[in-house]
Amino acid sequence: MQDAKSFKEYKGQVREALGDEFLRTAMDNFAIAYRTSRANAFKDIDDKALIKDIADAKACSTANMDELYAQFKEEAEKNGAVVHLAADAQEANEIIARIAKDENCTKIVKSKSMTAEETLLNHHLEAENLEVVETDLGEWIIQLRDEGPSHMVMPAIHLSRHQVSDTFTDATGKKQDADIQKLVKVARRELRQKFTEADMGVSGCNFAIAETGTIGIVTNEGNARLVTTLPRVHVALMGLDKLTPKLHDALRVLRALPRNATGQAITSYVTWITGTNECAVAEGDKKKVHFVFLDNGRRALAKDPMFSQVLQCVRCGACANVCPVYRMVGGHKMGHIYIGAIGLILTYFFHGTDKAKNLVQNCINCGACKEICAGGIDLPGLIKEIHARIQDEEGHPLSSALLGKMMKNRKLFHKFLRIAKYAQKPVAGNDGFLRHLPMIFAPDHDFRSLPVVAEVPFRDMWPKVKPVKIADPKYKVAIFSGCVQDFVYPEQSVATVESMRGKGVELEYPMDQSCCGLPLQMMGEKVAGRDVAIQNMEAFEKSDCEYILTMCASCASHLKHNYPKMLGHDPKYAIRVQEFADKVIDYSSFMNDVVGIDEDDFRQTKGEKVTYHAPCHLCRGLDVKAAPRELMVKAGLEYVECAEEEVCCGFGGTYSVKFPKISEQLLSKKMDNVEATRADVLLTDCPGCVMQLRGGANKNGLDLEVKHVAELIAERRK
Amino acid sequence: MTVKSENVKLFTEKAELVSAVVSEVSSLAEAYQYTIDLCGKKEACKLLVSGCEEGLSDKADALCETKIGKTIAAPSLNKKQFSALEKQCVDNGFQLLKDGLRKHLGGIDIGFTFADHGIAETGTIVLNSRSEELRIATMISEVHVAVLPKSKIVADSYALESYMEECMRKADYTAFITGPSRTADIERVLAIGVHGPLELHILLLEDK
Ligand code: SF4
Ligand code: SF4
Repeated sequence: MQDAKSFKEYKGQVREALGDEFLRTAMDNFAIAYRTSRANAFKDIDDKALIKDIADAKACSTANMDELYAQFKEEAEKNGAVVHLAADAQEANEIIARIAKDENCTKIVKSKSMTAEETLLNHHLEAENLEVVETDLGEWIIQLRDEGPSHMVMPAIHLSRHQVSDTFTDATGKKQDADIQKLVKVARRELRQKFTEADMGVSGCNFAIAETGTIGIVTNEGNARLVTTLPRVHVALMGLDKLTPKLHDALRVLRALPRNATGQAITSYVTWITGTNECAVAEGDKKKVHFVFLDNGRRALAKDPMFSQVLQCVRCGACANVCPVYRMVGGHKMGHIYIGAIGLILTYFFHGTDKAKNLVQNCINCGACKEICAGGIDLPGLIKEIHARIQDEEGHPLSSALLGKMMKNRKLFHKFLRIAKYAQKPVAGNDGFLRHLPMIFAPDHDFRSLPVVAEVPFRDMWPKVKPVKIADPKYKVAIFSGCVQDFVYPEQSVATVESMRGKGVELEYPMDQSCCGLPLQMMGEKVAGRDVAIQNMEAFEKSDCEYILTMCASCASHLKHNYPKMLGHDPKYAIRVQEFADKVIDYSSFMNDVVGIDEDDFRQTKGEKVTYHAPCHLCRGLDVKAAPRELMVKAGLEYVECAEEEVCCGFGGTYSVKFPKISEQLLSKKMDNVEATRADVLLTDCPGCVMQLRGGANKNGLDLEVKHVAELIAERRK
Repeated sequence: MTVKSENVKLFTEKAELVSAVVSEVSSLAEAYQYTIDLCGKKEACKLLVSGCEEGLSDKADALCETKIGKTIAAPSLNKKQFSALEKQCVDNGFQLLKDGLRKHLGGIDIGFTFADHGIAETGTIVLNSRSEELRIATMISEVHVAVLPKSKIVADSYALESYMEECMRKADYTAFITGPSRTADIERVLAIGVHGPLELHILLLEDK
């Protein structure tokens, strides 16, 4: 639940959550266990292909939402159900309260429904003097405690057995043990009794099959079966996004949903209900069945070219399971009602700007959610887009607007970077680090934590570093250094040049290149981000290169994937930007896969013991996994795999300035894992990560060097 | 009906993975015997059902009290089958119920059913439960025993599409059941039997 009135207050809450030891341990264990169980569950299935099929089918349903609703209604009503459409949350609640009144119901049992959480149905029904009891164990616990869910699939994951035991002691009036098996049995008997006296059951729904007017409900506990069987009235509440043409679509989603949610091949129960079934306590032995569909902005969303994909969500909750921020702060701070990456997005659409504006800033853009989303949704992309929209609605903060202005003008921007070199002088040598170069200009930036801006930026070194022209080059390459390598770690770019010596690579460095623009996107400055993209594209169009090589994973994935998204729909740029993007390649892939450097190119001595950090934007952003690891081995380095090697280091550019505490925690986790490898050198493929990781090694007092892969490759060359 | 042995094998493996108990029987008579043994010897049938020994609210306690004797519910047996099983129940002092299960919501020891299909890929049984008695028997029993003819096991859920679509042409309630009722809602610790059966026994019936 979001109740913070300001960004400052929200940050305060986040800090508090970070201090919750139980939550942190529970979340850590969960994150690690989940990864393994998901991998096992998909062992024999091509998950990418399945997700693509689901996404395509859901997109098609979204486009035909109105027709599917009409068909569902007709079919369901043929078999005796009554179908309603509610325009918004209030109307849905009123419809359900009215059904209860009309049918003379007073006691309601409920099985899990995120849609009912969205409409705050319980509050409404209770205000109408109806008794409502949640029967999903987790939901019942949080209902008794008057809390909101902290996960879409495991709503009480933030609570300990002791808290649950206290809650049950209050609920039963009998002292309860903190033994989980016993607590579950207590719930079994307490809720069984509630079932016996209920006259109305409210359920959610996972699938609404238009062809037959059938609903499908996916559960583990079996409570939905009781809810839909024992009371004489059944009301199912569902979003219009649950509509799907045929049973086949539902079965397809069912292959992915439980696997992605909890690593189960299937849940214990899947219930398919069509029309009104036998019910001994109902009039004429037939149950009264009502299907209530909720619009609440979904029909408008379906027509939005960018955001319609939000409706492809199948509510598996996996985007929270893999999110490093969720893992740190838990669901109450990573969503309002809907939790995790999709929660940040849905909060904006269903619960408004006020609830969403702080939340959408709390995404580090690591791409972990996007990689596993069962609906194939570009979650981080949409989160950034909403951030930008909110800034357009509410006005851009001064710092971010200034940043945008400055960065649009490359010369001005670079001049400031050069000046920063002098500004930092009095405190140079301090062990703090600036998290992202352009953030020098953010007002809340603490200058003491500036990294040492290099004496001479790479662009000024270029005339000296530049290799002599070779007669018959095999590869024509233009370097995109990115601001961090250009102005802070030029030695990484120098090493890059050095490392490809004698391999037939012709190199050039287009001087008009500027920041890639990712920080602008992170701060919601879309217009400036687009301008910078055009400048960079044009800077490289003057060259006849076949490859645009970048040693910064974040720049690479931004250039390759986001540029076409930003400019591709403009006919003036569409072809040009695609040509540009197609040329972009990261360092390790270029060396390993294109140049094909091998063992013979390296010294035969035994190399250092190294471990690796996989930058988010490399391993997920560009799907490059093998190249850097192969490269290290070929170079004769003794590579030891690090635990959670692909988990974010907490850099996230501008993010770490906004949420330093989360960034710090992610880093300290990373450092613990690195330390456990006992490696002497930590390698990675991104100067931003180097910056962050060096800061971490420093702070933890580790005897560890942190380097860009290119640096060791250059050292190990023959 | 042909039996695909690879389906049977996979089904057994997957069902056991989610803690279902899978056994083979060569006849219905054997299935009855299994059930009676389960109720008697293995003490699946108790005077008190699970949870009733805990500290409960007065109302929940009162519901526990309503359970009398050891009960088996078998709503889908035909007359002949029913009297065959009933005879054995009487001999052992169990009560066999065919209907009126709403009067036994406090608890039933065993629900005995015939599954319509099995899905090998996930170890799932498919139970068309239009009959309310059948539904209740599989929901409130402590142990669910389902007889599944081997020939009814298909490779995956897609193979059941036309069967299910046929069912869904009129009012219908079809259940996929995979293992016993489970939850991990407290500290993600797996607990079996939160609402539904604590055990699922699947008896693979040799087709004649
Ligand atoms: S991109 Fe990373 S930080 Fe952002 S919501 Fe997704 S998983 Fe969380
Ligand atoms: S957005 Fe994707 S990962 Fe998140 S709950 Fe929805 S389908 Fe699952």
